[in-house]
Amino acid sequence: MKIESVIGKAIPMVLDDIDTDRIIPARFLKEITFENMGEYAFIDERQDSDGNLKNHPFNDKQFQHASILLVGKNFGCGSSREHAPQALQRYGIKAIIGESFAEIFAGNCKAIGLPVVYATRAEIKQCEAFITKHPDTTVTINLVSKRVRYFEESFLINMPDPQRESFLKGTWNVLDLLKQNDHLIANLDANLPY
Amino acid sequence: MAERTLYNKVWNKHKVATLPTGQDQLFIGLHLIHEVTTPQAFASLHERNASVRFPKRTFATLDHIIPTEKQFQRPFSDQQAELMSKTLEYNVKEHGITFFNSQSGNQGIVHVIGPELGLTKPGMTIACGDSHTSTHGAFGSLGFGIGTSEVALVLETQTLALTPLKVRKIEVTGTLQKGVSAKDVVLKIINKCGVKGGIGFAYEFAGSVFEAMSMEERMTVCNMSIEGGARIGYVNPDQTTIDYLKDREYVPKGEEFEQLKQYWQAICSDQDAVYDDVVTIDGSRIEPMVTWGITPGQSVGVTELLPNSQSKPDDEKQLIESALDHMKFQPNSPILDKVIDVVFVGSCTNSRLSDLRAAAQIIKGNQVHKDVKMMVVPGSQNVKKEAEKEGLDKLFIQAGADWRDPGCSMCLAMNPDKLENDQLCASTSNRNFIGRQGSPTGRTLLMSPQMAALAAIYGKVKDIREFIKK
Repeated sequence: MKIESVIGKAIPMVLDDIDTDRIIPARFLKEITFENMGEYAFIDERQDSDGNLKNHPFNDKQFQHASILLVGKNFGCGSSREHAPQALQRYGIKAIIGESFAEIFAGNCKAIGLPVVYATRAEIKQCEAFITKHPDTTVTINLVSKRVRYFEESFLINMPDPQRESFLKGTWNVLDLLKQNDHLIANLDANLPY
Repeated sequence: MAERTLYNKVWNKHKVATLPTGQDQLFIGLHLIHEVTTPQAFASLHERNASVRFPKRTFATLDHIIPTEKQFQRPFSDQQAELMSKTLEYNVKEHGITFFNSQSGNQGIVHVIGPELGLTKPGMTIACGDSHTSTHGAFGSLGFGIGTSEVALVLETQTLALTPLKVRKIEVTGTLQKGVSAKDVVLKIINKCGVKGGIGFAYEFAGSVFEAMSMEERMTVCNMSIEGGARIGYVNPDQTTIDYLKDREYVPKGEEFEQLKQYWQAICSDQDAVYDDVVTIDGSRIEPMVTWGITPGQSVGVTELLPNSQSKPDDEKQLIESALDHMKFQPNSPILDKVIDVVFVGSCTNSRLSDLRAAAQIIKGNQVHKDVKMMVVPGSQNVKKEAEKEGLDKLFIQAGADWRDPGCSMCLAMNPDKLENDQLCASTSNRNFIGRQGSPTGRTLLMSPQMAALAAIYGKVKDIREFIKK
């Protein structure tokens, strides 16, 4: 499936170093399918131990049905659990705009067709401020023009070329590409010193 | 970009092709799997009626959810853990994968048993659905922590699509002070380079401090590369590496060993290798380190004070304030004498024999403080057996600590070992993230095994250097 743009409401959470334990605590990794992960996104930040809702963007009615997440630096650091992007995707997030992302998290997002795009702190903060005031604003991430647009504003985004290409061409699931080289794989296996 | 480093050489050796996307297709020489990140990967293989491409390059263990008490009693009392184990047992059988289960005598934390059995060797590419796969870099291999979709790719094709990283050389010079350990070195590195400083980099660890380290110490450092944002960390193999590997179960013997040795020597970074960045740290000035916050970079030397957010830029201010708030600590307060409730010695960072010895040496002849609960969890069945041979178990038990069966345990609390409420835990593990040790309000101080053992005796954070002087 090709992904050229993502259009939707945005949900701001412009904080740094949000780790994957916060996105989804380890106790929910005991399920053997990803099916229910959407229900657990940020669960310990959204609910106290008695199930009372806490103040959190994911609980905020204004941001319900938002599909674009705005974050800060090093989002998704820590564990390699794919459950984290799975939880966000199944919650309804279709793309993430951030200052930077942890390496493994970014790879996991690509593997499941969830584009993560990079922007400057200033642009993200400005967008956050506008969205907070006007939560109904439609935000458009255009991967072709590498631009984010909202209201009368727009800013440039960054994204490594291979990632961008793979979304534009619909090859973010690389299984078929990898399998095409099976003869080379067999050859490499046979010639490794171990 | 870096040239002629071990990273470049091992990468090139395993490069299958350049993909149309521009990424490299890299062959994975060793695939380690465990129960938590594989069920969905096998399920996707089964949906496609696909098989495992090289079962002989794949090895499995049970570590994350396994209880550390009554480990042999099945079914496990946790039904989800039981189902997860059964799923792995079915999958390894179905695909002919070697499985180190509890009956094998070789079960343990995946990053402990790989090296211990000699599966991990220099010049390999290693993947595992776990971010601490960087551990294996201690041998001069490239260890990739991957997600479940990538686990499926490795199972089905033995390859991954990857973008090359830059290489930062981190030299730690001089000699460490007495009482300062590999854990303190890596906490210092993360403190200096930042938790995001390693994004886009592989870390090459070098210098006299690394040359003097044992393999187990090197593993502790490489293990936590990822906490500094570096997916890969490695040390060039040397005589210490060769001596460690000789006669391990999965290491070839005789002529084949000699040939392998040549390969290992050839993949070392050249004298004139080019690096994208070089960082130098004076090892003799590293103090025992303790984290005070909610990321592994929020640490101080044990004699230092916690930071104050005032006068810091806005984003840093926010990080410090939210950390102090969660930890219930005052700015500018000393880390020394913080009162702890729990001590956890274990995890893929610090659960090997030398770690248990270091903790045991401190605890020997002392008692765990009456208000502290201490748990010691060996990294593998082999570590446990060796430790018991030396009588370490008795030292811990006599001091009032719990001596458990191997597993990941309270590092991430997927089994029954958990903090309760806002308990403060002196932990030898790798992450002090909010909720990491099983209670959303739980609090973690990362430190070395000897510092954790000392904290257990006093019920407070103490300076190991003062203690060993006596």
